[in-house]
Amino acid sequence: MVSYRTPLGRARGLGSAKDGVGHWIGQRVSAVALAPLVLWMVYGVIRLAAGDYGFAVHWVQDPLNATLTVLTLAIAFFHMRTGMQVVIEDYVDEALGKSVLLILNLFVCGLAGALAIFSILKVAFGGVVGGA
Amino acid sequence: MVELALPKNSRVTKGRQHKAPEGAKKTKSFRVYRYDPEGSENPRWDTYEVDVEACGPMVLDVLIHIKNTMDPTLAFRRSCREGVCGSCAMNIGGRNTLACTHGWAEVPSKDVQISPLPHMPVLKDLVPDLTMFYAQYSSIEPWLQTETPQPQKEWIQSPEDREKLDGLYECILCACCTTSCPSYWWNGDKYLGPAALLHAYRWLIDSRDEATGERLDALEDPFKLYRCHTIMNCAQVCPKGLNPAKAIAEVKKMLVDRVT
Repeated sequence: MVSYRTPLGRARGLGSAKDGVGHWIGQRVSAVALAPLVLWMVYGVIRLAAGDYGFAVHWVQDPLNATLTVLTLAIAFFHMRTGMQVVIEDYVDEALGKSVLLILNLFVCGLAGALAIFSILKVAFGGVVGGA
Repeated sequence: MVELALPKNSRVTKGRQHKAPEGAKKTKSFRVYRYDPEGSENPRWDTYEVDVEACGPMVLDVLIHIKNTMDPTLAFRRSCREGVCGSCAMNIGGRNTLACTHGWAEVPSKDVQISPLPHMPVLKDLVPDLTMFYAQYSSIEPWLQTETPQPQKEWIQSPEDREKLDGLYECILCACCTTSCPSYWWNGDKYLGPAALLHAYRWLIDSRDEATGERLDALEDPFKLYRCHTIMNCAQVCPKGLNPAKAIAEVKKMLVDRVT
């Protein structure tokens, strides 16, 4: 079908969404927050690898360790969602299901994040003390 | 409709060979993209063996020489031949630049490959359709906007404020940057591209302009502005040595300043 829309009309499109700066700040601030948290996490994992199961449970039950782990997971999954959103917007055409993928991205990151955080809290609040 | 294959005319075929004239002492091969969308043939690479001692040192000199003496059907844009008008922007040796300021000897490969600016519709041979590029430039309203009554003489500006426009006003809208940007390739219908955004910033920081807020409103959009992922191709290819990526980063900073 021939379009008689003017070039300026096409360039203006649907206009500005007046949105985007929040996403941009969120992505960068979460990246900054993750830098020390991931370093701390790597240190924690190395320590856990050296100990037994009881030591790991004890480690997670420490208030500081539990809090930092929950924060790391929450921020990491938030960062993952915002990053994946940009990738999908960049490369996936609407005809290939962009909207569906964007919703799926939100659900998958939300579910994975919630599961991970719940698991930490379960251990932290003593659900599995005494072994598997 | 999902398109899994490229359109039929996307395959570039081997084209015609144009031999150097007899007696030519120093020759160089130029592979030039040829395409006429009104015809039924696929695009092709024509090879011209050019007697480089018979023409000037720039790629534009070679193209003019080819058109004048070897093949008058070759189409390309040119005007000022000194890097001011931006007409002869094309892809030379895999890099967007101006044919008039780029010497053919600067291309490291044996053959010099010349094609139109990437990812734009081709009108003929080396002539791309820049309609959308100009419309996107127009959409950022590149003119002074004020509500204060016009002064009797002129809108005055301090030398310091004028200096802020250096590195921006020199843009000649050749489209080398915009057509080198992968983000523009994928989302060129929505993303404004480096050239338009550089000009947007040029008006955002003009001390005489009174529409800064409205301009920022119009730019704050996931696609119009935030498709820039600082890939930096724009700054690498700009034949005027400008840095559109930095200008875009400044626009993003202004938007952050607005909410913090």
